[in-house]
Amino acid sequence: MQRYALNILLPAAAAFIVVLSQMGALDLYVQSVIMFMAINVIMSASLNLVNGNMGEFSCGHGGFMCVGAYVGSLLSMLLFTNSKLFGAALLPGYSALVLFPLVLLGAGAAAALVGVIVAVPSFKTRGDYLAIITLAVNYMVISAIQNLDVIGGPRGLTGMRPTMSAMEDVVNLPWMMIWVLIGAFGSVALIRRYISSTYGKGVNAVCQDEIAAEIMSVDTNRIKLVTFMVSSGLAGVAGALYAHVVGYVNPGSFDILKSTEAMVMVYLGGMGSLSGSVLSAVLFTLLLEALRPLQIYKWVLVPLILILLMQFRPEGIMGNKELPDMFPRLRKYFTFK
Amino acid sequence: MEFVFQNILNALQWGSFYALIALGYTLVYGVLLLINFAHGDIFMVGAYIAYFVATLFLATVGLSPSATLTLAVPLTMILTACVGVTLERVAYRPLRRKGAHRLYVVITALMCGLILENGNLALLGASRKNFPELLEKTVYNFMGLSVTNLKVVVIFTAIAVFLLLQFIVTRTKIGMAMRGIAWDKFAIPLMGIPVDTIIVFTFVLGSGMAGLAGLLFAMSYPVLEPYMGALIGWKAFIAAVVGGIGDIRGAFVGGFLLAFLEIGVAAVFPSTLRDLIAFTVLLLIMWRKPTGIFGVAKHQKI
Repeated sequence: MQRYALNILLPAAAAFIVVLSQMGALDLYVQSVIMFMAINVIMSASLNLVNGNMGEFSCGHGGFMCVGAYVGSLLSMLLFTNSKLFGAALLPGYSALVLFPLVLLGAGAAAALVGVIVAVPSFKTRGDYLAIITLAVNYMVISAIQNLDVIGGPRGLTGMRPTMSAMEDVVNLPWMMIWVLIGAFGSVALIRRYISSTYGKGVNAVCQDEIAAEIMSVDTNRIKLVTFMVSSGLAGVAGALYAHVVGYVNPGSFDILKSTEAMVMVYLGGMGSLSGSVLSAVLFTLLLEALRPLQIYKWVLVPLILILLMQFRPEGIMGNKELPDMFPRLRKYFTFK
Repeated sequence: MEFVFQNILNALQWGSFYALIALGYTLVYGVLLLINFAHGDIFMVGAYIAYFVATLFLATVGLSPSATLTLAVPLTMILTACVGVTLERVAYRPLRRKGAHRLYVVITALMCGLILENGNLALLGASRKNFPELLEKTVYNFMGLSVTNLKVVVIFTAIAVFLLLQFIVTRTKIGMAMRGIAWDKFAIPLMGIPVDTIIVFTFVLGSGMAGLAGLLFAMSYPVLEPYMGALIGWKAFIAAVVGGIGDIRGAFVGGFLLAFLEIGVAAVFPSTLRDLIAFTVLLLIMWRKPTGIFGVAKHQKI
């Protein structure tokens, strides 16, 4: 029974949040903070897979999010809404209730395909040279979308919001919150299963010693390809959710600053610690929201806090450990390896 | 024909800026294996320092523009170098002492860059600053080409800086120490070489050149804003890596290559495609030569 405690507790907590927002106990601001928190959790957990577990230095995660956001909103507009761009909806609005995961999957698949551009050079090179490739891919994605005038170019794209209202017309529930929570819990569960599987042990092996891993019959190129695709695909899912939460995407909001945010969350939580990156995503979002009244001084204070944190705890909040390693009593309830 | 040469001149000028900034990345990386992401913002701070120095001497003290320029060049370089060294002392060195993972220092550098950018925005406000004219503009007409004296100054400064740094790194004792730290940072202190002094010297060189670039940039494009260093800094970093990071020649070749690509694309295609095509070409170069043009692949011992 104790072993399943987490599997019961987390969905219960998610359901509790949904019930609260349905009853109106959480106002819209709190709801949006929770949703951004969940999106940041996906971003930081998926980047942690590459930067922490595989030991590469990818600093263009915002680019994949951008691909996901655009593909997700275009799919959603094509399938479920009457838009100027695609004309009448292909499917009736109520089918979004069941088929919305299709949009997320499509966004994830498109972002994973872009991830291949980064994964293939990583066969030959690593470290800072790979960092530059991810950075260049981020710039290229943004620049390409800015040049596609059909989907709005630099002005951005709107019109994916009606998908959500179509769902709410059928069953009056806070669907956005439900999908975002499903996305976040699903992504974290996927990453956890991937890392703790026998196949996923290869990811840590590549991090620690690539040559030794190869000798021990780990197919390093395939591990890199799959890991990059999983990571960028999940970033794409986060992007699609973000687009539906905000109801508006423009390429400028996925630039280096977004990638920097994701990197900060990973290194704040500790490299290679999944629970650390989830925790730091939650804390980082809360910190940003708490300091919002300071306006521009927020962006002076937040980096300062992070620098001080790095000075006093240079390995991040959790280091390389997971939650049960820090608090052994939790081991009764859930394990990681 | 004139069109082509005019664009080549523009590309040489832009390439000089990229090269001067890329130098700072390459010098610090060559010694510490640290990507100093704050460097683009140090360039921005350099431009602002140049602005304050120039307005101080021009308006408050009342010197002539040429006298101001001769004073502003060394002062800007020294003050910007102080900013770079302060960052090293306050943020990077304590982390290095604690033996933190290299990437945590990189993140700290990113945060320092954000503080410089937004601190500037918070302190000085979002209004753009107009840089005073220090060098009287003369246009040389040369076989139908018009060249301003400023362009000539920028290009020749970049070449002079390249020769100077190449000399320092390859021919002097301190340069030998810098290369030595890059080679083996555990053996170097045993040879009696003061590692911290060498690192500070590297930061002085890199940040000083960023200050010089800031001054020249402000003279060429006299509108200053807090985020001017971010994009040009990232691009200069990309240029440094494509050239082969850790190599002075690489920074120069990469900087000029990026500038030629950008100006060439903007001359032929619509200028909105500039980033897309330039970065695609750079990506293809990285696919072919993963360690950059001058970079040497390090073989791992088994």
